[in-house]
Amino acid sequence: MSILDKHALLERNATLLLVGSLVAVSIGGIVEIAPLFYLENTIEKVEGMRPYSPLELAGRDIYIREGCYVCHSQMVRPFRDEVERYGHYSLAAESMYDHPFQWGSKRTGPDLARVGDRYSNEWHVQHMIEPRSVVPESVMPSYAFLKETPLEVRNVATSLKANRAVGVPYTNEMIENAAADLRAQADPNVDTSGVEARYPKAKVGDFDGDPQKLTEMDALVAYLQMLGTLVDFSTYDDATGYR
Amino acid sequence: MKHTVEMIVLAVGAFLALVGAGFAQDRLFGAHMWILFFVLLGGTLVLMRRTDFRPIPAGGAPRQSEYFDEVVKYGVIATMFWGVVGFLVGVVVALQLAFPDLNIEPWFNFGRVRPLHTSAVIFAFGGNALIATSFYVVQRTSRARLFGGDLGWFVFWGYQLFIVLAATGYLLGITQSREYAEPEWYVDLWLTVVWVAYLVVFLGTILKRKEPHIYVANWFYLSFIVTIAMLHVVNNLAVPVSFLGSKSYSAFSGVQDALTQWWYGHNAVGFFLTAGFLAMMYYFIPKQVNRPVYSYRLSIIHFWALIFMYIWAGPHHLHYTALPDWAQTLGMVFSVMLWMPSWGGMINGLMTLSGAWDKVRTDPVVRMMVMAVAFYGMATFEGPMMSIKAVNSLSHYTDWTIGHVHSGALGWNGLITFGAIYYLVPKLWNRERLYSVRMVNWHFWLATLGIVIYAAVMWVAGIQQGLMWREYDDQGFLVYSFAETVAAMFPYYVMRAVGGALFLAGAVLMAFNITMTILGRLRDEAPIVGAVPLPAPAE
Repeated sequence: MSILDKHALLERNATLLLVGSLVAVSIGGIVEIAPLFYLENTIEKVEGMRPYSPLELAGRDIYIREGCYVCHSQMVRPFRDEVERYGHYSLAAESMYDHPFQWGSKRTGPDLARVGDRYSNEWHVQHMIEPRSVVPESVMPSYAFLKETPLEVRNVATSLKANRAVGVPYTNEMIENAAADLRAQADPNVDTSGVEARYPKAKVGDFDGDPQKLTEMDALVAYLQMLGTLVDFSTYDDATGYR
Repeated sequence: MKHTVEMIVLAVGAFLALVGAGFAQDRLFGAHMWILFFVLLGGTLVLMRRTDFRPIPAGGAPRQSEYFDEVVKYGVIATMFWGVVGFLVGVVVALQLAFPDLNIEPWFNFGRVRPLHTSAVIFAFGGNALIATSFYVVQRTSRARLFGGDLGWFVFWGYQLFIVLAATGYLLGITQSREYAEPEWYVDLWLTVVWVAYLVVFLGTILKRKEPHIYVANWFYLSFIVTIAMLHVVNNLAVPVSFLGSKSYSAFSGVQDALTQWWYGHNAVGFFLTAGFLAMMYYFIPKQVNRPVYSYRLSIIHFWALIFMYIWAGPHHLHYTALPDWAQTLGMVFSVMLWMPSWGGMINGLMTLSGAWDKVRTDPVVRMMVMAVAFYGMATFEGPMMSIKAVNSLSHYTDWTIGHVHSGALGWNGLITFGAIYYLVPKLWNRERLYSVRMVNWHFWLATLGIVIYAAVMWVAGIQQGLMWREYDDQGFLVYSFAETVAAMFPYYVMRAVGGALFLAGAVLMAFNITMTILGRLRDEAPIVGAVPLPAPAE
């Protein structure tokens, strides 16, 4: 076992041991992760994906803040039961603007990848305020405070800029109009053509049942209502998307 | 005057926190900076009260030839404290899942408290155990005082500050949503500073060792420290919205972000909870049973195989997701192969008892360590099995995963840490023995029973849930709505909380036992049967 005897060299030299183990632990990550950044077929070609509107992004921030990902996945697997229960299996393209991803790892509650358009705004608000009033079996905590908490709007444009810095294609126009777009999307009494032009398929109007106030509930429901609704599956071909 | 520099640094830090609170760009950052301000102010005041203006007496400073064990003592107490806190929060979140009315919005909702539980047990309990034992072990096996002097204190207190900031951040709602790496960018930066200091102290001590060879436990500690540094830095790359704000956006998105996160997440298990704790096994088991490590060659092979292969296993957390198939398959293959080096470690640990197996009967501390290695073996068999795609299609997203994690965390990490602490406390405080060896026996059985209940209940719950989700009737319709599968979990969630409570009860008993030991008490009790050789019968 001569090769094992040579190990004494590493055992006597801390620097060699350090470098050796660093090399050993680097290889796997480089081989597995690095190609995802340059292999072109990693993300499928789809139509309909766009960056989040400012209100949806604010809602997504609340979704992250409250740790929704702890119990809800956003990743429909390609199984018969999941596709029937939740809709078309999730594509990599659908989370291409997600910094960070929200695929989740546990389903204490159902998958939310395609929860958009499934329920009414009123249902969502009622469900957040008292989950067991609409789903008696639910073990979800109550989130009534969201309806009482005004949405913090100070950092709308800077949030978009930070996203642009990590690669989300927000245009200058989007960033300039960020604060106005955020208010307009949740206000049923203003012209929303700008928001809808910049963010196709965006849901507009009052979300939380109180048009007078812009609350965190507005943002969260706006986010939930767009989940999984962007990609146009009529133009998507499963076979070419397979990797 | 002692602590002059420390006091000034703390006071300046407190002032900066106050400035941060004043100019905060969002509510959460402001609240977090207020907490930081009060913590640092409290630290400053404590140091000021201990100020002594007399000149330092000659010879008062510790001799440089002595081991630096004061910080290890603090680490042992911190481990015990955070352990009890972490297990208690675990029981609370377990009960929240059974009885959702126990959620108190907004700060104590499950979504915020669950990361508190995972971080408290992994990083506060496990992390303190690793830092304390590594400082103890590296000094003994190198026959050298800890390198860097007070830098050891910086590592300890800096790490506690990280824990406090992370924990209070979760309750406030400051999170990156990266599992087991939830703290936001500024807390991550602080941890990076502390971790580099930790590496300097540890590596420095090895470099000035008086032993020609670096002991095997130190290979594991060293690779754990270096790899965690790499994982932490890459996984937490993010762009903050404002340098005076709590929010940041990850540098990666979607599929790349997912694999980066689970490359980190799985190797937080692989290096934080495995390599580091194997180092504990390699020191404390031979010490407690007074036998050499079973096989030197096996330790070489399994060390390199383990650290090389673990890194590849991350994609098994993303089976059947939008991660490309080639990456999933690669992750599965390495996960299955990982079984071998894992069991290499188990065999090396268990076989160290060769010729001393009677101690399992007579020494509850040895029994605890052996059970820890046994759970390590079980968890590292279950893990590769669950990483097989067909199995994973059933187990993923269910409580089976939660059960698997806990048989590893409670069984392996928990029990080996308890064993190490039971070994350390009498040595560090120079006591004849523990306050009560019989209480160790009680702790062993409470903990073991708790883990067995927990794991068994979660197997049943997870497999049932997975099967209910995919069950079709003969008409081709799904049999169960999702809500029905949630309702079906209720009895299991209650039983799981019972298992967790047993484990917590054992830890509370241990906290009492080691407190009394530190206070210098000895419980008047009969020795464990067989621990003292029976007098030979008269002829």
